[in-house]
Amino acid sequence: MSTTAPATAPAGAGGKPGSRLRGRLARVSREAWLGWAGVALGLIAFYITLPPILVRSLIPSLLIAIAGLACGVVAVRAGEKRVGWGAVVACLAGAFGAYGAVESGVTNLERVVVWSALLAAALRYATPLTFAALGGVTSERSGVVNIGLEGMMLTGAFFGAWGADVTSSWLGGVVIGLLAGGIMGLLHAVFAVSLRADQIVSGTAINFLAIGITGFLFIKIYGTEGTPDNLPEIPDVHLPIGWIPFLGDALEQLNLLIWVGLIAVALLSIFLFRTPQGLRMRSVGENPLAADTAGISPIRARYYAVIASGAFAALGGAFLSIGFVHSFSQNMTAGKGFIALAAVIFGKWKPGGALAAALLFGFSSALAQRLPVFSPTTAVLFQALPYVLTLIAVAGLVGRSRPPAADGIPYERH
Amino acid sequence: MSDEGGPGTITVASRLSGYVRGGGVLIPLVTALLAFLVGGLVVLATGSNPIDTYRAIFEGSGLNWLFPWVSGDDRTIAALNLQQTLILTTPLILTGLAVAFAFRAGLFNIGGQGQYLVGTFAAVYVGSSLDGTPALVHVVLSIVGACLAGAAWAGIAGFLKATTGANEVVSTIMLNWTAVYVGLYLFGLGGPLHSDDPAAQSIPVSPDVLESARLPVFWGDPELQGLHIGIFIALAATALFWVLLNRSVTGYEVRAVGFNPDAAEYAGISAGRNYVKVMVICGLLAGLAGALDVLGWQFRIATNDIQVSQVGYYGIAVALLGRNTAFGTVIAALLFGALLNGTSVRNLDPTIFDPQLAGNLTWIIQGLIILFVSAPVLVTMLSRARFRRRPKPMPKPEVLSGGG
Repeated sequence: MSTTAPATAPAGAGGKPGSRLRGRLARVSREAWLGWAGVALGLIAFYITLPPILVRSLIPSLLIAIAGLACGVVAVRAGEKRVGWGAVVACLAGAFGAYGAVESGVTNLERVVVWSALLAAALRYATPLTFAALGGVTSERSGVVNIGLEGMMLTGAFFGAWGADVTSSWLGGVVIGLLAGGIMGLLHAVFAVSLRADQIVSGTAINFLAIGITGFLFIKIYGTEGTPDNLPEIPDVHLPIGWIPFLGDALEQLNLLIWVGLIAVALLSIFLFRTPQGLRMRSVGENPLAADTAGISPIRARYYAVIASGAFAALGGAFLSIGFVHSFSQNMTAGKGFIALAAVIFGKWKPGGALAAALLFGFSSALAQRLPVFSPTTAVLFQALPYVLTLIAVAGLVGRSRPPAADGIPYERH
Repeated sequence: MSDEGGPGTITVASRLSGYVRGGGVLIPLVTALLAFLVGGLVVLATGSNPIDTYRAIFEGSGLNWLFPWVSGDDRTIAALNLQQTLILTTPLILTGLAVAFAFRAGLFNIGGQGQYLVGTFAAVYVGSSLDGTPALVHVVLSIVGACLAGAAWAGIAGFLKATTGANEVVSTIMLNWTAVYVGLYLFGLGGPLHSDDPAAQSIPVSPDVLESARLPVFWGDPELQGLHIGIFIALAATALFWVLLNRSVTGYEVRAVGFNPDAAEYAGISAGRNYVKVMVICGLLAGLAGALDVLGWQFRIATNDIQVSQVGYYGIAVALLGRNTAFGTVIAALLFGALLNGTSVRNLDPTIFDPQLAGNLTWIIQGLIILFVSAPVLVTMLSRARFRRRPKPMPKPEVLSGGG
């Protein structure tokens, strides 16, 4: 992503993860800490006016926000511009949020801000993004940019629904969706890896093709009636944890694929950073020539990665159609693949980071779903929240985020 | 994604330069034919006759008006159809140029749709207010408003790219969706720009553009959506595009940055400032497209139109098929305009081919065109006669890279 400063932490340096983390924390300057404290204060200023604390006066929030603002200004003047300005923005937003909360009615606030329900909804909205973002991480770690995530997701959504309908089982739907996504991945791989296409342009082509193919088949098979109402659904998982005060409510009953997504994040993380195969794949993404010299085939590694990427994205799509919405409609992914792409960048090309970013975007969607309580006419405007947030996230964090060195560059054997 | 400012940076523009420079009109022609061939196979697979289908689409587009032997009623119908095709071609030329200009600067502007939408919003706002303004002034004001809105919207992406390095693909797509929801809010029921006409109280639609802001119709019946003069404005913009790109300092800088940002920086051209400038110009073009649609034939915006509009996305295929050149873009826009009109519900006989399927077929054909264009190797294979290996157009960054 354009000219970036040299990475602050050399990848793979240091031994144990614990000591590495400590080393990284030690490198953060005192002013930067102050900046982060400012960000935290801005959030606290808003938080105390919301349920369950519900401070009904603006003064405590304002005091906290001003303190945070001061922290931010000090950080900026000491040269920690990014986090300092982050603190300033967070405090201003926090103060505005607090003002809004104090001005609005308690009943409305209590209807909107139910943290456990918001968490559950955030997980639900985040899961399609998580899967697609994992696909993005897989592909880009091997050096292939995958703008086609959106299309692969859409493919998974349609074939998931169709497969579930044809086989009368949700598992059949998931498997067929996965296969279809893998085929789209294969197509992208043929162009991006073998034909050395411009990956951004060929990825865009994948998106166009996916809209056309899924729309075409959807109309051909289901006509104007849409997918049947009795489409098999991916089941929920009931956990006997309802007695735990907060997490119990949120996690008691979640869709199976939400848990699968969380497990997949951990597994992919282990694969990429703790196994020889993962190391090989990453080496292809950083320096394919060196990898090739060492006997690793960049072509094969990239093929596997892009196909897996399509399968991941398709799983996200299948969750969307048969795990969440319970139907398919044309172009139903509505830019989610691109939000996932932003999550990849935001999460610094790491599965865990991508999950965190997906949760943030998921949370904003969950919030957007509940905010209309305040004002029905502006309800539709809140729908733009995840997109705006993504825009801010990409702009605000991208400089700190470094892609794999060979990301997006076709490899040519000499 | 990785336009990391390292040595040997390869931009979209430089990698597509082989396609842009080589092959003349032959390659786009072959690309399009190939895509239509595959599209024909899709039609065949659904049990329809591809030749009949394509002929019906061709006749629906009104392009048979150009054949001198078509006469009588057929000719009248063809004229009506051709007017509609050209109405659809007008914005496609401009959104195509908006993508093409960015491509030449090494940027991928997927945000044409959002820029087009905010252009329509501004045009409908200015066009429906300012009652009593003289006609010419009103039209100009509406167009300027739309262009500025588009430029501002695109400028956000350019500014973010220049200052923070935010990838323009992601940011422009986010701006597209934001524009959709802003529009749904503005013109939705109870929205600030919802029509105050009592008859439209339960319809989410904007107020009508006043007579004084409407573009005159020069071919066909104004009551029956004849062809408005917007097509000439679009063609004039195309000429301006050519001059700007090929005969001005700005164009030189844009192309230099497009081929190699590092080399351009080395030569004293600020890549960052160029990114903003380029996106603003792209936004002007896409915003103009919105203005011409609203002032030329739509006259109002219903929220439903905002959701189904895809003019900006078609612009990507138009630009790529047109090889990012001024002339090529116009021809490609005409092709897609004809395709869109020929596959529309009004023109395509459902007994030959379901128009809804045809609409999706258009997406598939576009996808195939973009896919074929994306691989220079494929293009090279198709035109080995024209140029041997990859052309090396601009100064290579060897000076900077120090080998590697």
